[in-house]
Amino acid sequence: MNENLFTSFTTPVILGLPLVTLIVLFPSLLFPTSNRLVNNRFVTLQQWMLQLVSKQMMSIHNSKGQTWTLMLMSLILFIGSTNLLGLLPHSFTPTTQLSMNLGMAIPLWAGAVITGFRNKTKASLAHFLPQGTPTPLIPMLVIIETISLFIQPMALAVRLTANITAGHLLIHLIGGATLALMSISTTTALITFTILILLTILEFAVAMIQAYVFTLLVSLYLHDNT
Amino acid sequence: MNQPLQRSVGGEPVCSQGLRPLCSAERETLGVRECTCISDESDGLLEFCDVPLKEKKLLEVKLGELPSWILMRDFTPSGIAGAFQRGYYRYYNKYVNVKKGSIAGLSMVLAAYVFLNYCRSYKELKHERLRKYH
Repeated sequence: MNENLFTSFTTPVILGLPLVTLIVLFPSLLFPTSNRLVNNRFVTLQQWMLQLVSKQMMSIHNSKGQTWTLMLMSLILFIGSTNLLGLLPHSFTPTTQLSMNLGMAIPLWAGAVITGFRNKTKASLAHFLPQGTPTPLIPMLVIIETISLFIQPMALAVRLTANITAGHLLIHLIGGATLALMSISTTTALITFTILILLTILEFAVAMIQAYVFTLLVSLYLHDNT
Repeated sequence: MNQPLQRSVGGEPVCSQGLRPLCSAERETLGVRECTCISDESDGLLEFCDVPLKEKKLLEVKLGELPSWILMRDFTPSGIAGAFQRGYYRYYNKYVNVKKGSIAGLSMVLAAYVFLNYCRSYKELKHERLRKYH
Protein backbone atom coordinates (compact mmCIF):
# COMPACT_ATOMS: atom_id res chain seq x y z
CA MET A 1 0.00 0.00 0.00
CA ASN A 2 2.83 2.40 0.87
CA GLU A 3 4.69 1.71 -2.34
CA ASN A 4 1.53 1.98 -4.41
CA LEU A 5 0.52 5.35 -3.00
CA PHE A 6 3.24 7.27 -4.79
CA THR A 7 3.63 5.23 -7.95
CA SER A 8 0.89 7.24 -9.61
CA PHE A 9 3.15 10.29 -9.42
CA THR A 10 6.09 8.79 -11.32
CA THR A 11 6.74 10.18 -14.78
CA PRO A 12 5.18 7.90 -17.39
CA VAL A 13 7.77 6.31 -19.62
CA ILE A 14 6.92 3.68 -22.20
CA LEU A 15 9.77 1.48 -23.44
CA GLY A 16 12.21 4.20 -22.43
CA LEU A 17 10.44 6.90 -24.45
CA PRO A 18 9.02 9.86 -22.56
CA LEU A 19 5.26 9.50 -22.80
CA VAL A 20 4.96 12.52 -20.53
CA THR A 21 5.52 14.81 -23.55
CA LEU A 22 2.33 13.52 -25.17
CA ILE A 23 0.41 13.89 -21.92
CA VAL A 24 1.59 17.49 -21.49
CA LEU A 25 0.60 18.29 -25.09
CA PHE A 26 -2.83 16.61 -24.84
CA PRO A 27 -4.81 19.59 -23.37
CA SER A 28 -3.99 21.62 -26.45
CA LEU A 29 -6.16 19.22 -28.47
CA LEU A 30 -9.17 20.28 -26.41
CA PHE A 31 -8.93 23.95 -27.42
CA PRO A 32 -9.61 24.13 -31.16
CA THR A 33 -9.01 27.42 -32.96
CA SER A 34 -11.32 28.90 -35.54
CA ASN A 35 -11.18 31.89 -37.85
CA ARG A 36 -14.93 32.24 -38.25
CA LEU A 37 -17.17 34.82 -36.66
CA VAL A 38 -19.88 32.33 -35.69
CA ASN A 39 -18.50 29.01 -34.50
CA ASN A 40 -19.78 25.69 -33.21
CA ARG A 41 -20.96 25.45 -29.59
CA PHE A 42 -17.70 24.12 -28.25
CA VAL A 43 -15.53 26.92 -29.62
CA THR A 44 -18.14 29.57 -28.76
CA LEU A 45 -18.22 28.46 -25.12
CA GLN A 46 -14.44 28.54 -24.88
CA GLN A 47 -14.18 31.98 -26.45
CA TRP A 48 -16.85 33.33 -24.10
CA MET A 49 -15.04 31.93 -21.07
CA LEU A 50 -11.69 33.26 -22.26
CA GLN A 51 -13.13 36.73 -22.81
CA LEU A 52 -14.65 36.71 -19.31
CA VAL A 53 -11.38 35.68 -17.68
CA SER A 54 -9.20 38.07 -19.66
CA LYS A 55 -11.45 41.04 -18.89
CA GLN A 56 -11.44 40.19 -15.21
CA MET A 57 -7.72 39.69 -15.00
CA MET A 58 -6.16 42.23 -17.33
CA SER A 59 -8.29 45.27 -16.51
CA ILE A 60 -5.99 46.35 -13.67
CA HIS A 61 -2.94 46.67 -15.90
CA ASN A 62 -1.75 49.62 -17.94
CA SER A 63 -0.99 49.26 -21.63
CA LYS A 64 2.51 47.93 -20.93
CA GLY A 65 1.19 45.23 -18.63
CA GLN A 66 -1.53 44.27 -21.09
CA THR A 67 1.09 43.05 -23.56
CA TRP A 68 1.32 40.03 -21.25
CA THR A 69 -2.32 39.07 -21.88
CA LEU A 70 -1.52 36.20 -24.25
CA MET A 71 1.01 34.74 -21.84
CA LEU A 72 -1.26 34.92 -18.79
CA MET A 73 -4.32 33.57 -20.62
CA SER A 74 -2.36 30.61 -21.98
CA LEU A 75 -1.02 30.02 -18.48
CA ILE A 76 -4.41 29.89 -16.81
CA LEU A 77 -5.83 27.69 -19.58
CA PHE A 78 -2.92 25.29 -19.37
CA ILE A 79 -2.88 24.93 -15.59
CA GLY A 80 -6.68 24.75 -15.36
CA SER A 81 -7.06 22.12 -18.08
CA THR A 82 -4.12 20.06 -16.83
CA ASN A 83 -5.47 20.03 -13.28
CA LEU A 84 -8.99 19.11 -14.40
CA LEU A 85 -7.74 16.32 -16.66
CA GLY A 86 -5.78 14.96 -13.71
CA LEU A 87 -9.04 14.25 -11.92
CA LEU A 88 -9.96 11.59 -14.47
CA PRO A 89 -9.20 8.06 -13.30
CA HIS A 90 -5.73 6.67 -13.94
CA SER A 91 -4.47 9.87 -15.53
CA PHE A 92 -1.14 11.56 -14.90
CA THR A 93 -1.07 15.22 -13.82
CA PRO A 94 2.05 17.09 -14.94
CA THR A 95 1.47 19.86 -12.40
CA THR A 96 2.22 17.45 -9.54
CA GLN A 97 5.86 17.54 -10.62
CA LEU A 98 7.78 20.29 -8.86
CA SER A 99 10.20 20.50 -11.77
CA MET A 100 7.48 21.60 -14.13
CA ASN A 101 5.96 24.15 -11.76
CA LEU A 102 9.37 25.65 -11.07
CA GLY A 103 9.88 25.84 -14.81
CA MET A 104 6.69 27.86 -15.08
CA ALA A 105 7.10 30.04 -12.01
CA ILE A 106 10.74 31.12 -12.17
CA PRO A 107 10.81 32.53 -15.74
CA LEU A 108 7.52 34.39 -15.29
CA TRP A 109 8.50 35.91 -11.95
CA ALA A 110 11.99 36.77 -13.19
CA GLY A 111 10.54 38.38 -16.31
CA ALA A 112 8.25 40.59 -14.26
CA VAL A 113 10.97 41.60 -11.78
CA ILE A 114 13.63 42.28 -14.41
CA THR A 115 11.15 44.34 -16.46
CA GLY A 116 10.53 46.39 -13.31
CA PHE A 117 14.22 46.89 -12.63
CA ARG A 118 15.04 47.89 -16.18
CA ASN A 119 12.19 50.34 -16.75
CA LYS A 120 11.42 51.76 -13.32
CA THR A 121 14.60 51.18 -11.33
CA LYS A 122 13.90 53.64 -8.53
CA ALA A 123 10.35 52.44 -7.97
CA SER A 124 11.44 48.77 -7.99
CA LEU A 125 14.14 49.40 -5.42
CA ALA A 126 11.66 51.39 -3.35
CA HIS A 127 9.56 48.25 -2.96
CA PHE A 128 12.17 46.93 -0.58
CA LEU A 129 11.25 49.45 2.09
CA PRO A 130 7.60 49.92 3.10
CA GLN A 131 6.47 53.47 3.81
CA GLY A 132 6.70 54.88 7.30
CA THR A 133 9.15 52.45 8.91
CA PRO A 134 11.11 53.73 11.92
CA THR A 135 14.78 54.42 11.07
CA PRO A 136 16.43 51.82 13.36
CA LEU A 137 14.41 49.04 11.75
CA ILE A 138 15.44 49.86 8.16
CA PRO A 139 18.37 47.42 7.65
CA MET A 140 16.45 44.47 9.04
CA LEU A 141 13.37 45.29 7.00
CA VAL A 142 15.35 45.55 3.76
CA ILE A 143 16.77 42.09 4.40
CA ILE A 144 13.31 40.70 5.13
CA GLU A 145 11.84 42.27 2.01
CA THR A 146 14.67 40.86 -0.13
CA ILE A 147 14.05 37.39 1.24
CA SER A 148 10.33 37.74 0.64
CA LEU A 149 11.00 38.80 -2.94
CA PHE A 150 13.20 35.82 -3.69
CA ILE A 151 10.82 33.39 -2.10
CA GLN A 152 7.99 34.39 -4.45
CA PRO A 153 8.82 31.96 -7.31
CA MET A 154 9.46 29.12 -4.87
CA ALA A 155 6.12 29.79 -3.18
CA LEU A 156 4.31 29.88 -6.53
CA ALA A 157 5.71 26.52 -7.59
CA VAL A 158 5.44 24.74 -4.26
CA ARG A 159 1.89 26.01 -3.65
CA LEU A 160 0.64 24.49 -6.90
CA THR A 161 2.53 21.22 -6.47
CA ALA A 162 1.52 20.71 -2.87
CA ASN A 163 -2.17 21.49 -3.40
CA ILE A 164 -2.64 19.19 -6.36
CA THR A 165 -0.51 16.37 -4.95
CA ALA A 166 -2.24 16.53 -1.58
CA GLY A 167 -5.66 16.41 -3.22
CA HIS A 168 -4.76 13.38 -5.31
CA LEU A 169 -3.27 11.57 -2.31
CA LEU A 170 -6.38 12.19 -0.24
CA ILE A 171 -8.59 10.80 -2.99
CA HIS A 172 -6.39 7.69 -3.23
CA LEU A 173 -6.41 7.14 0.53
CA ILE A 174 -10.11 7.71 1.11
CA GLY A 175 -11.00 5.63 -1.93
CA GLY A 176 -8.85 2.80 -0.65
CA ALA A 177 -10.41 3.13 2.79
CA THR A 178 -13.93 2.92 1.33
CA LEU A 179 -13.03 -0.23 -0.56
CA ALA A 180 -11.47 -1.85 2.50
CA LEU A 181 -14.40 -0.91 4.75
CA MET A 182 -17.01 -2.43 2.41
CA SER A 183 -16.48 -5.94 3.71
CA ILE A 184 -16.20 -4.85 7.36
CA SER A 185 -19.10 -2.45 7.88
CA THR A 186 -21.31 -1.10 5.09
CA THR A 187 -22.53 1.97 7.01
CA THR A 188 -19.03 3.25 7.62
CA ALA A 189 -18.25 2.57 3.99
CA LEU A 190 -21.23 4.71 2.95
CA ILE A 191 -20.09 7.56 5.19
CA THR A 192 -16.59 7.31 3.72
CA PHE A 193 -18.10 7.28 0.24
CA THR A 194 -19.97 10.52 0.98
CA ILE A 195 -16.70 12.03 2.15
CA LEU A 196 -15.13 10.88 -1.12
CA ILE A 197 -17.84 12.59 -3.17
CA LEU A 198 -17.44 15.85 -1.24
CA LEU A 199 -13.69 15.62 -1.66
CA THR A 200 -14.02 15.16 -5.40
CA ILE A 201 -16.17 18.27 -5.63
CA LEU A 202 -13.53 20.11 -3.62
CA GLU A 203 -10.84 18.86 -5.95
CA PHE A 204 -12.67 20.22 -8.98
CA ALA A 205 -12.82 23.59 -7.29
CA VAL A 206 -9.18 23.41 -6.21
CA ALA A 207 -8.07 22.56 -9.73
CA MET A 208 -9.56 25.74 -11.08
CA ILE A 209 -8.74 27.92 -8.11
CA GLN A 210 -5.08 26.98 -8.19
CA ALA A 211 -4.83 27.94 -11.82
CA TYR A 212 -6.49 31.24 -11.02
CA VAL A 213 -4.24 31.94 -8.04
CA PHE A 214 -1.07 31.17 -9.95
CA THR A 215 -2.00 33.47 -12.77
CA LEU A 216 -3.30 36.17 -10.46
CA LEU A 217 -0.07 36.29 -8.50
CA VAL A 218 2.02 36.50 -11.63
CA SER A 219 -0.18 39.32 -12.81
CA LEU A 220 0.23 41.04 -9.44
CA TYR A 221 3.99 40.83 -9.67
CA LEU A 222 3.65 42.26 -13.15
CA HIS A 223 1.46 45.10 -11.93
CA ASP A 224 4.04 46.03 -9.36
CA ASN A 225 6.71 46.21 -11.97
CA THR A 226 5.12 47.94 -14.98
CA MET B 1 -21.61 23.41 -66.36
CA ASN B 2 -22.04 23.62 -62.61
CA GLN B 3 -25.67 23.83 -61.54
CA PRO B 4 -26.87 24.61 -58.01
CA LEU B 5 -27.19 21.51 -55.90
CA GLN B 6 -30.43 20.53 -54.13
CA ARG B 7 -30.49 18.19 -51.19
CA SER B 8 -33.27 15.62 -50.84
CA VAL B 9 -34.84 14.85 -47.45
CA GLY B 10 -32.29 12.17 -46.66
CA GLY B 11 -29.37 14.56 -47.13
CA GLU B 12 -28.22 12.96 -50.38
CA PRO B 13 -27.32 15.42 -53.14
CA VAL B 14 -29.89 15.68 -55.95
CA CYS B 15 -29.45 17.42 -59.29
CA SER B 16 -31.92 18.58 -61.93
CA GLN B 17 -32.77 16.64 -65.10
CA GLY B 18 -29.87 15.46 -67.21
CA LEU B 19 -27.28 16.02 -64.51
CA ARG B 20 -25.80 13.85 -61.82
CA PRO B 21 -23.93 14.72 -58.59
CA LEU B 22 -20.22 14.13 -58.29
CA CYS B 23 -18.82 14.25 -54.75
CA SER B 24 -15.23 14.41 -53.52
CA ALA B 25 -13.82 11.72 -51.30
CA GLU B 26 -14.02 12.74 -47.65
CA ARG B 27 -10.39 11.89 -47.21
CA GLU B 28 -8.93 14.53 -49.48
CA THR B 29 -11.15 17.39 -48.36
CA LEU B 30 -10.57 16.74 -44.65
CA GLY B 31 -13.85 15.18 -43.68
CA VAL B 32 -16.21 17.40 -45.64
CA ARG B 33 -17.93 16.13 -48.78
CA GLU B 34 -18.06 18.69 -51.55
CA CYS B 35 -20.48 17.92 -54.38
CA THR B 36 -21.28 19.55 -57.73
CA CYS B 37 -23.69 18.65 -60.53
CA ILE B 38 -22.10 17.60 -63.80
CA SER B 39 -23.52 16.65 -67.15
CA ASP B 40 -24.76 13.08 -67.57
CA GLU B 41 -23.09 12.65 -70.93
CA SER B 42 -19.59 12.47 -69.51
CA ASP B 43 -20.39 9.03 -68.04
CA GLY B 44 -17.79 6.95 -69.75
CA LEU B 45 -14.92 9.30 -69.10
CA LEU B 46 -15.33 9.46 -65.33
CA GLU B 47 -16.13 5.88 -64.32
CA PHE B 48 -13.12 3.74 -63.47
CA CYS B 49 -13.78 0.02 -63.41
CA ASP B 50 -10.29 -0.79 -62.28
CA VAL B 51 -9.13 1.49 -59.40
CA PRO B 52 -5.41 1.14 -58.70
CA LEU B 53 -4.60 -0.55 -55.38
CA LYS B 54 -2.98 2.50 -53.84
CA GLU B 55 -6.14 4.62 -53.98
CA LYS B 56 -8.56 2.03 -52.60
CA LYS B 57 -10.03 2.56 -49.18
CA LEU B 58 -9.46 -0.10 -46.51
CA LEU B 59 -12.93 -1.62 -46.74
CA GLU B 60 -12.60 -2.04 -50.54
CA VAL B 61 -9.33 -3.98 -50.38
CA LYS B 62 -9.67 -7.72 -50.73
CA LEU B 63 -8.12 -9.91 -48.05
CA GLY B 64 -5.45 -11.33 -50.35
CA GLU B 65 -4.30 -7.85 -51.30
CA LEU B 66 -4.06 -6.65 -47.69
CA PRO B 67 -0.30 -7.14 -47.07
CA SER B 68 0.64 -5.36 -50.29
CA TRP B 69 -1.86 -2.57 -49.51
CA ILE B 70 -0.33 -2.03 -46.05
CA LEU B 71 3.18 -1.95 -47.50
CA MET B 72 2.16 0.63 -50.07
CA ARG B 73 0.99 3.15 -47.42
CA ASP B 74 3.03 6.27 -46.86
CA PHE B 75 5.16 5.73 -43.74
CA THR B 76 7.32 8.82 -44.06
CA PRO B 77 7.08 11.34 -41.16
CA SER B 78 5.01 13.71 -43.29
CA GLY B 79 2.78 10.82 -44.31
CA ILE B 80 2.16 9.84 -40.71
CA ALA B 81 1.57 13.48 -39.75
CA GLY B 82 -0.92 13.73 -42.61
CA ALA B 83 -2.70 10.62 -41.37
CA PHE B 84 -3.05 12.10 -37.86
CA GLN B 85 -4.27 15.40 -39.30
CA ARG B 86 -6.89 13.69 -41.46
CA GLY B 87 -8.05 11.58 -38.53
CA TYR B 88 -8.33 14.64 -36.29
CA TYR B 89 -10.37 16.60 -38.83
CA ARG B 90 -12.57 13.63 -39.57
CA TYR B 91 -13.51 13.37 -35.89
CA TYR B 92 -13.75 17.14 -35.42
CA ASN B 93 -16.03 17.72 -38.41
CA LYS B 94 -18.26 14.82 -37.53
CA TYR B 95 -18.82 15.41 -33.80
CA VAL B 96 -17.71 18.89 -32.78
CA ASN B 97 -17.93 21.25 -35.74
CA VAL B 98 -21.69 20.78 -36.22
CA LYS B 99 -24.61 23.09 -35.67
CA LYS B 100 -25.87 21.43 -32.51
CA GLY B 101 -22.84 19.76 -31.00
CA SER B 102 -23.41 17.88 -27.77
CA ILE B 103 -21.33 16.72 -24.84
CA ALA B 104 -20.71 13.42 -26.66
CA GLY B 105 -17.96 14.92 -28.82
CA LEU B 106 -15.86 15.85 -25.79
CA SER B 107 -16.82 12.80 -23.70
CA MET B 108 -15.60 10.32 -26.28
CA VAL B 109 -12.19 11.98 -26.34
CA LEU B 110 -11.95 11.92 -22.54
CA ALA B 111 -13.10 8.29 -22.40
CA ALA B 112 -10.38 7.34 -24.89
CA TYR B 113 -7.85 9.27 -22.78
CA VAL B 114 -8.89 7.37 -19.62
CA PHE B 115 -8.70 4.06 -21.48
CA LEU B 116 -5.21 4.79 -22.85
CA ASN B 117 -3.98 5.77 -19.39
CA TYR B 118 -5.42 2.54 -17.99
CA CYS B 119 -3.53 0.54 -20.62
CA ARG B 120 -0.36 2.44 -19.78
CA SER B 121 -0.58 1.72 -16.05
CA TYR B 122 -1.97 -1.83 -16.29
CA LYS B 123 1.27 -3.33 -15.09
CA GLU B 124 1.02 -1.64 -11.70
CA LEU B 125 -2.75 -1.99 -11.44
CA LYS B 126 -2.52 -5.75 -11.99
CA HIS B 127 -1.35 -6.20 -8.41
CA GLU B 128 -4.29 -4.35 -6.88
CA ARG B 129 -7.00 -6.74 -7.97
CA LEU B 130 -9.14 -8.44 -5.30
CA ARG B 131 -7.70 -11.93 -5.73
CA LYS B 132 -6.30 -14.38 -3.25
CA TYR B 133 -3.22 -15.17 -5.39
CA HIS B 134 -1.71 -12.51 -7.60
